[in-house]
Amino acid sequence: MRRRIYVWEVPVRLTHWVNVASIVILSFTGYYISNPYIAISPREPYGAYFMGLMRYIHLVVAFVFVASLMLRTYWAFVGNEWASWRGLFPFLTAEGRRNMVEAIRYYLFLRRRPPEVAGHNALAGMTYMIIVTLYFIQVFTGFALYGWLHPVSIWRALTGWVFLLVSVQTVRLVHHLIMYLLIAFAIHHVYSAWLVDMEEGNGLMSSIFSGFKFISLEQKPDWIEQKPRVKEAAPTSAGAEESPA
Amino acid sequence: MDPSSPGLEGHLAQRGITRRQFLRFCGLMAATLALPARYTTRIAEALSTAPRIPLVWLEFQDCAGNTESFLRATDPTVVDIVLEVLSVNYHETIMAPAGQMAEKSLQDTVEQFPGQYIAIVEGAIPTKDGGVYCTIGGRTAIEIVREVCRNALVTIAVGACAWDGGWPAASPNPTGAVGVKDAVPGLKNLINMPGCPMNVANLTAVIVHYLTFGELPATDSMGRPLFAYGHIIHNYCPRRGHFDAGRFVEEWGDEGHRLGWCLYKMGCKGPQTYSNCPSVQWNEGTNWPVGAGHGCIGCFAPRFWDTMSPFYERLPNVEGFGVEASANRVGLGIVGGVTAAFAAHGVVSAFRARRHPLAAHEEEGPPVQTDGGD
Repeated sequence: MRRRIYVWEVPVRLTHWVNVASIVILSFTGYYISNPYIAISPREPYGAYFMGLMRYIHLVVAFVFVASLMLRTYWAFVGNEWASWRGLFPFLTAEGRRNMVEAIRYYLFLRRRPPEVAGHNALAGMTYMIIVTLYFIQVFTGFALYGWLHPVSIWRALTGWVFLLVSVQTVRLVHHLIMYLLIAFAIHHVYSAWLVDMEEGNGLMSSIFSGFKFISLEQKPDWIEQKPRVKEAAPTSAGAEESPA
Repeated sequence: MDPSSPGLEGHLAQRGITRRQFLRFCGLMAATLALPARYTTRIAEALSTAPRIPLVWLEFQDCAGNTESFLRATDPTVVDIVLEVLSVNYHETIMAPAGQMAEKSLQDTVEQFPGQYIAIVEGAIPTKDGGVYCTIGGRTAIEIVREVCRNALVTIAVGACAWDGGWPAASPNPTGAVGVKDAVPGLKNLINMPGCPMNVANLTAVIVHYLTFGELPATDSMGRPLFAYGHIIHNYCPRRGHFDAGRFVEEWGDEGHRLGWCLYKMGCKGPQTYSNCPSVQWNEGTNWPVGAGHGCIGCFAPRFWDTMSPFYERLPNVEGFGVEASANRVGLGIVGGVTAAFAAHGVVSAFRARRHPLAAHEEEGPPVQTDGGD
């Protein structure tokens, strides 16, 4: 028997998909800005504003992405335990470290079953720590480059100090390379989610749409949970707590 | 001012410069400083009544390119006016005396006018091995620059080399070259005018600003005057319309190049460089690099030999991959490597799922039910 458990709250799912869409759009427009590979070559001097349009989309979506990060950051402090900021630092607790080792063993084929978790496993949590760090570097370098174009702006006032340390070309290079790291992460992310979805059989893939996962009745609280689940005491009568399918 | 003196205009008249040309110069300076036109008369008055300030021009590890920029004005009025307003007491390249006599001119100026002369420094100052890599008359550059600049009214570091070491300081910087701001730490009244070379219109404007207002123009966090280094080239570039439209030169001499399209893809560093090149231009407003069909190499930017190269690429190369690789090749390598790694993992996982189906390992709990009841 498995039971439904509500894991990903609305802001978690919303920001996840806003991030997906904005990263895709930002990658395409950003790559175009760095290397305009689409030839726009009418001889007429009017009628074309393609680079302008790409930059406009890039800047607007960048602000959407920042808004999404802000909402998600806020939710890391007020959301449930699977949305908590603690999920990014599994190495701080003994339980998190143990779960991380188990996850590594699973990925290295040293363990048949993935570690049973309701949220994400501890290794994934640490990966997200790296990804969130890359997000913030990306946002910072993005605003630094935006401020570079507008020397009298709040963005320049907030980020201008970086140009005293490294050159603008280095900032551009970092901004560019992080795009590739995020693309590499996305490939890993989808593959691992697909693999674990099949092997755990808990509806992982659909959970990021619905918010619900399906866990076995005997499953213990996972490494992130601070207190026993409310339903843990009486798993057979969990129907009242959990909304019906 | 001595009333019997013919005054600046008299001196200029002797050189064949009319008042109209003089006012044109003052108007040019007001425009360069981004001042309203009414300041033209104020500048003219200030220049006419200003005492002649002694000026010494030091050259260290340099190519005399800034001197060339200074002298290469096709219209003689700029240099003539500067030479009339200022008293150039020491300038190795253009002065008549040589050897001990030349060095004596420098010593005399420093001793006779302490705190009253303008010091212009061109070229980097080597610091390694006691500064032996540049000596003049037996004295090291660092010794000279410290003595001369600390006694100066104002120090103007002209050119990339005098600012942050420029070419001599480019990696691996064998002589430990630095600019004035590092060679003379804590120097007051220092203004930096980087560029390779700096633009003589800007140098003249700084001096005119000082003579007119009694203070140096406002500077940015790197000590560069904002009127000349306050905006990126890209925002004032005459080819900007082609950039926004998405029309780019793909290779030298192609149709886009002949039509004057944007040089972004040819490695132009206009979007990375703060300079008033597009408006002031060079050689008395004749032209400037982008106007002539070549991308900006960012010579007004910090450590531009290292940071702005490769000059014909948009992004710097990524070091540490054996031969330096382009950012896109490294990025695609990362993405390809991750894809290959997870594809291999997927293949292994698929084989494992066949040989050891999960159900066989379900030691705990009953098999998963799919009746949907919950």
